[in-house]
Amino acid sequence: MTIRLTTAAAAIALLLGGNWAFAGDKPTDPQIAHIAYTAGVIDVEAAKQAIATSKNKTVVEFAESMLRDHESVNKQALDLVKKLNVTPEDNDTSKALSQAAETKRSELAKLTGTDFDKAYVENEVAYHKQVNGALETLLIPSAQNAELKSLLETGLKVFQGHQQHAEHVATELK
Amino acid sequence: MNAAVNPLGSAILALLLGTAALVVPAQAETIEVTIDRLVYAPAEIEAKVGDEIEWINKDALVHTATVKGGAEVLLPAKKSGRLLLNEPGSFDYVCRYHPNMKGHIAVGP
Repeated sequence: MTIRLTTAAAAIALLLGGNWAFAGDKPTDPQIAHIAYTAGVIDVEAAKQAIATSKNKTVVEFAESMLRDHESVNKQALDLVKKLNVTPEDNDTSKALSQAAETKRSELAKLTGTDFDKAYVENEVAYHKQVNGALETLLIPSAQNAELKSLLETGLKVFQGHQQHAEHVATELK
Repeated sequence: MNAAVNPLGSAILALLLGTAALVVPAQAETIEVTIDRLVYAPAEIEAKVGDEIEWINKDALVHTATVKGGAEVLLPAKKSGRLLLNEPGSFDYVCRYHPNMKGHIAVGP
């Protein structure tokens, strides 16, 4: 499990480790918007995979709530960038996140039953933990626009809730 | 008042009691709790048996008010939900989907 988690963790370590591909050490608002949106899309995709694969009611319900919340937060993000006239800018961190997620998706695709359930939920715990760390230490402090910063702060509270929810589900699966 | 010797009196008493019982809920209060950006406000409320709580969800997210091992009120995005308090006690509640949201209800008799 630890080995499987390292790909996602490594991608996010790009955000946390100071090894950022950003000019001037910190991401710009268009880059932050892109990273946050990408992180949401990744979890929506993971949720869709879980809904299609899992037969566990608790896991499916958890995945449905991830799908619902991340779509809702991303819709708010899209509305905000439109209002602010900001075009999200792709960047190496977004690319690394997407690539790690794709690797994870293929790994999970090989699993079924409780093996899948456990691996999906454990990855959800790890993924939210990493994204929350990135939000707290890099994305929120770097955001220049007050409305973007505020949306990221609300996002952090939502995702901290997801992390706890995922931890509860992981405990139930043990 | 002796109901045994006065059946009519007994019936009137029952009527009166019935009316009184109907009056009680009218005195009960509705206590509003607003949810805004994943916070129940106020987080702590004091109520009496017969009161109702109305949660007003201002978020674009689905929340719940879930008492562990007890009642659960589903609060759809931008909607509200109510709970009638019918037993005294002290209850912690959370949102099932965001367990970092916490509230407390103290229900007096």
